[in-house]
Formats: sequence, C-alpha cells, structure tokens
Amino acid sequence: MEVLRIATAGSVDDGKSTLIGRLLYDTRSIADDRLEAIDSASKRKGLGFTDLSLLTDGLIAEREQGITIDVAHIYFSTPTRKYIIADTPGHVEYTRNMITGASNASVSIVLIDARNGVVEQTRRHLYIASLLRMQDVVVCVNKMDLVGFNEVIFNEICQQIRDIAGPLQMDHSTFHFIPVAAKDGDNVVKRSEKMPWYQGTALLELLETLQPHSGKSELPLRFPVQYVIRPHQDAFHDFRGYAGKLSSGRIVTGDRVIALPSLRMGTISAIYSGDQLVPEAETGDSITLTLKEDIDISRGNMLVKESELFHQVSSLTAKIAWMDEQEMQEGRAFLLQHGAQLVKVRIQAVKEVLDIHTFEQAADKKTFRLNDIGTIQLKAARPLFLDCYRTNPANGAFILIDEFSNNTVAVGFVDSF
Amino acid sequence: MSTKNIFPRALEAEAIYILREVAAQFERPALLFSGGKDSITLVHLARKAFYPAPIPFPLLHVDTGHNFPETIAFRDQLVAATGARLIVRYVQDSINQGKAKEETGKFASRNLLQTVTLLDSIDEFKFDACIGGARRDEEKARAKERIFSVRDDFGGWDSKKQRPELFDMLNGRIHVGENVRVFPISNWTELDVWNYIREEQLDLPTLYFSHERAIIERDGFYWPHSTFLQTSPDEVPFEATVRFRTVGDMTCTAAVMSHADNVDDIISEILAATISERGARMDDKRSEAAMEKRKQVGYF
Repeated sequence: MEVLRIATAGSVDDGKSTLIGRLLYDTRSIADDRLEAIDSASKRKGLGFTDLSLLTDGLIAEREQGITIDVAHIYFSTPTRKYIIADTPGHVEYTRNMITGASNASVSIVLIDARNGVVEQTRRHLYIASLLRMQDVVVCVNKMDLVGFNEVIFNEICQQIRDIAGPLQMDHSTFHFIPVAAKDGDNVVKRSEKMPWYQGTALLELLETLQPHSGKSELPLRFPVQYVIRPHQDAFHDFRGYAGKLSSGRIVTGDRVIALPSLRMGTISAIYSGDQLVPEAETGDSITLTLKEDIDISRGNMLVKESELFHQVSSLTAKIAWMDEQEMQEGRAFLLQHGAQLVKVRIQAVKEVLDIHTFEQAADKKTFRLNDIGTIQLKAARPLFLDCYRTNPANGAFILIDEFSNNTVAVGFVDSF
Repeated sequence: MSTKNIFPRALEAEAIYILREVAAQFERPALLFSGGKDSITLVHLARKAFYPAPIPFPLLHVDTGHNFPETIAFRDQLVAATGARLIVRYVQDSINQGKAKEETGKFASRNLLQTVTLLDSIDEFKFDACIGGARRDEEKARAKERIFSVRDDFGGWDSKKQRPELFDMLNGRIHVGENVRVFPISNWTELDVWNYIREEQLDLPTLYFSHERAIIERDGFYWPHSTFLQTSPDEVPFEATVRFRTVGDMTCTAAVMSHADNVDDIISEILAATISERGARMDDKRSEAAMEKRKQVGYF
C-alpha cells in the first residue's frame, strides 16, 4: 500500500479544520469517543457546533489561544492508500512550521475562502510550495456555498493563483483546482451536484490518483552510508554490511559503485532487506549492501554509480529558511547535516534576504531573523556529496545546526555549486 | 482480508532508518520494552535493521509490579528467542526507597510512578536515547511529538522548544544530562501495527486474543479482576470472553468483549470499532491534557 504525504496550511477561519474533519469523518477514520470528547469540549467552550479544530490542536497552549501553533500529524486511509497530513498554522510567525510540515509532503493543499479570494497567506503558501518544489499543489476554493456556487468567482480565483504562480516559476508543480463546500462535504469525498459546471474530481478522488514517487528511481544512485554492520559472529565472520536508505536511484546486485570520498570502486555482492536477500532495491528502501571488494567505508560516505554523474562540493550557494530565535549574520560557522554527513561550514556571504511579506529582495537586509528566507554562500571543511535541489530534491537539502545550542537553526536548498 | 501487502512498506523503511540513526548518533541507547504490541513491533524492526548482527542496544523494562503475568512470560520468551539483552527495573524499588508514593483509592494506579523509575534507570545507565513505541495517532499531545524528542535534565518535554524536523534529517545532538526519546513508529496507526503483525507473523501475548477472564464493570468499562484493583462491595466479578486492545497495567487497562481469537478477526474488529484504542485507558482520561502533563514531567 502506498503512502501519500500531504501538507495543509491555513487558519481556523478558512475552514481547513472542517475540511480535514470531513476527510476523516467520511472515510470513517475518527472514533466515536474522540468525536464525543471534542463535542463536549466545544460545549464547555460555549460553542454551538462541534469544533473539529480541537481534533488537531492538541497542545494546552493551542487550546487556550484557539490557534494552531505546531505541526500536527493526522492519519486516515482508504482501501488503497494511507494518508499522512501534516497540518500547519498559516500565520507569518509560523512560517518555519509550514516549511517543516511541507518538507515531508509531496502534495500541498492550499485553502482559499471563496468570499475573500487570494490573501497574503495564500501567497506565502504558494511561495513555500515553490521553494520546496512541491510535486502537486491542490487549490481548494472553499465555502462555495456562501457565494452561491458561482462558477465565475471560482474561475477568477483560479486565474489569480496562476498569476502568482507564474513569476514563482512553478513549472515543476502540477496545479489542481477544486470548488469545495467543506461544511456539507461538497466535492470533498464525493462529487457535488450543486456545481454541475465543475467537470473535475472531488478532492479525495484526486488524491487517490496522485503518484508520489514518479521518476525518483530514474535519478542517479545516491546511497548515503548510515551505519556499518559487523556482526563479529562465527556464522558471519567476514560480514561487513553498509546500511542505509536509498535517497534516489535504484541498485541491482552486480552493479559497479564508487565510494565517496575515497573514489574506490566496488561491486555489489548482496542486497539485504531485513534478513532477506533481494536482487534489487529502489528509492526509499532501507537496505544493507555488501561489496565483493574490501574497501574502507564508514558512516557519512556515499555510494554512487560509476556510470552516472556525481559531485563532491566544498562551496555552494543555497536558499535557506532561518528557524531560530537567534539571528544570523555573515561569517558564522555551523554544522551542516546532509544525509549521514555532518560537516563544519562557514557562511561566506549573505547574498539576499527576502521580505517576508512580499517575497521581494529586501535590499539592505544582511541578517536572518526567525522565519526569514534568503540566499547564502557557504564553504565546507570537507567535501559534501550533494546535488542541486532542483535536479534531485532528496539529495539537495540540508540542515544547519548551532554547535553551542545544538538546535536545528535552518534548512537549506542547494541552488548551485 | 486475505490479501497480502496491505501494510505500507514505506513505514517499515522509515522505522528502520530511524533505528539506525539512533545506533549511529548515540553512545548508550536503550529500547523501552513494555511487552505491548508496539514495543514487540519495535524489537522486530530492530532485528531487521541490524541483521545479521544482534540488536546493538539493551531492552529496558520498567516493571510496575502490576503487569499481567502473561506479559512477563511473553517478555522472557522473546528475550530468550532473540538473544536481546534485557534490563528490568522495578517501581516497587522506587517505592521502597521513598522516591515514589503509592496512590490510594479506587482509581489507584502505578502509571505515574513508573516515570520515577524510568528517570532513575536513565540516570543509572547514562542512557542518552530511549526508543519508545508511542504513535502520533494515539493521543492529541502525541500528535505533536517529534521523532527525536529532546528531554531536559529532569526528563521533561517542552512542547514550545521542539526542534524542527525537516525531510528525514534527525538532529540528535544534545548537552550533557539531556536525553532523547525516539519514536520510530510515530507515523503508524493501530491498524498499521496489526497489518504489520499479520504480514510478519509476529507472536503476541495471549492477552490480545479473546479469552475467559473474571472482570468487573465500572463506568461502562470492563476491568480485569485482580488483587491490585480495589473494588467496592457492589462491584461483583463475573466471567466473560474478552480481549485487550492495549496492554498497560492491570489497574488502568480495560478489556473489550470480543470473540476475536486471531489477527484477521482483530483487524476486522478494529475496522468496525467506534471507540479509539486508548479510549479504554484510564490514565489518559484523568483530564483533557493528561498526556501532555505527564510528558512534561518525563513520561514517554
């Protein structure tokens, strides 16, 4: 069974919780005692309706303030698919949470209130979808019931979205537009009869057809070595296995590989999935490899294919999203984590910092504050085995760690090297 | 229900990846083993992750003394079969040392007390990472939990200071005294666990399957009759055919009436169920934020 990971962002007002509640309710993924608990909590708060946002706003602080702060994970499934929704807050001060939630998703659901059309938050959600090169963007124009199920209004909003997406160069994303009334379930799980002018599918029908992994196994092999397995047992006396998860590409027993950084060559002699020998492995598989040759390989090394292009990079340009309370200036040193690599880096130059409201370059800004996005140049103490995020997302992102606080302070997307 | 491959294999690959990160990033990890199906699943995943080498960390069982005897018997069998290293620490010892105080009354439970013993064990063995079988779908505070969840010197969880987790990159760097709780099956649901158990043909304690047992009825739930449960005169035990959906202490885990005596029937039962898995856990029902409050003081 396939897993589809979705990111949603937005505030309570645009009906996001209602939409998610609908998906759970109509796929029978929510138990009675949870519904009852939410129902009684809603009554205690003096609400006249069952507030489905209480389902996802799990923290005490969130319920106190009536807002979503942190990423919540919500699960539902159909007979053919498992869905994981990373539900994130839409407000500007939680941009880092939106990026975090979106980083594991292949589909982004952007919710728009049909009465208000495109608002500032919509631009931010689209910008984040473009930054992460989201495969599919589903625009749900919600509350269609409050605009008389009017086709013209829907089409106008779709056009506004296309106008924003154009300059963001989102050719890598497939856009889908759906008119929805989440409150009554119109076009959520089932197609609505109230909008005969809409020829497309309902939201869930669409989600069932999206292909999250298309094309990833065709990319070059990237196998970061996570852990070396040496059993020291009589039965496996000389066994030396390289454990890891295939970031991209595929591997077959007998393939010739090159170990980075040593550039030594080897031949795959066996591929283990758990305790089973398998002939080949695909992107996303956690496997253990053995080589015919005796080569010194350790955690942080990477196996690539002899026949494919690969890179060892010591300085690069990247977009970063800053996620720490402490601000960041040129010249600072950090630990860069990429796959199983952990390398000291220095920020050589801050090339630009974007204005968080307009996403235009803020000419005079050279400092990153919480939630700022911009472009930096960095230099690494040792070569990194990465790709441009544009050509291979699974091997083109990294995080920066503050050596003193140990916090994850930024996420980076490699632009060029 | 006979079709294979219902279980999403991407979840297994993710869990194995997380377990290997733990072994690589930490010096002294331990796997928190309760004898429940989630921690049994974790042990199975750990065997796969490091095959053909043995699991490179011990199992830690915090024994409340109120466990079902079936759980303890199963634990010892599993340890014998896998060759895993088992460490057991007892809540009774914490009570005897005056570090924890037994609750009294009708709803007395040792659930809160086990946090004391857990934190003491972490201190004793200097564990820097504790792997647990908690899942985000279980409870609303757990829905916000990270995969690597950093705990302070006192084992406390601060929901506002959680590290962002981007893509699959896990940052396990900590200061001296801190430790990390790790949740490899965060993204699994109850049904995923059962489908995995079926497809991997895992053994489970007999408690999960329907059996005859003396129970009492209280607040609409069926409680296993035992010497640990304080009952009032009108609570008369009776025999019934039941099973447990979740296995905690005998004092806080309610049974469900069921004739499901095999994994296929259990899966059908879950699909038709209208009460959530932890709906029968009294420890969660103490208040709306019961789980979050316990996590703040070191519960996993």
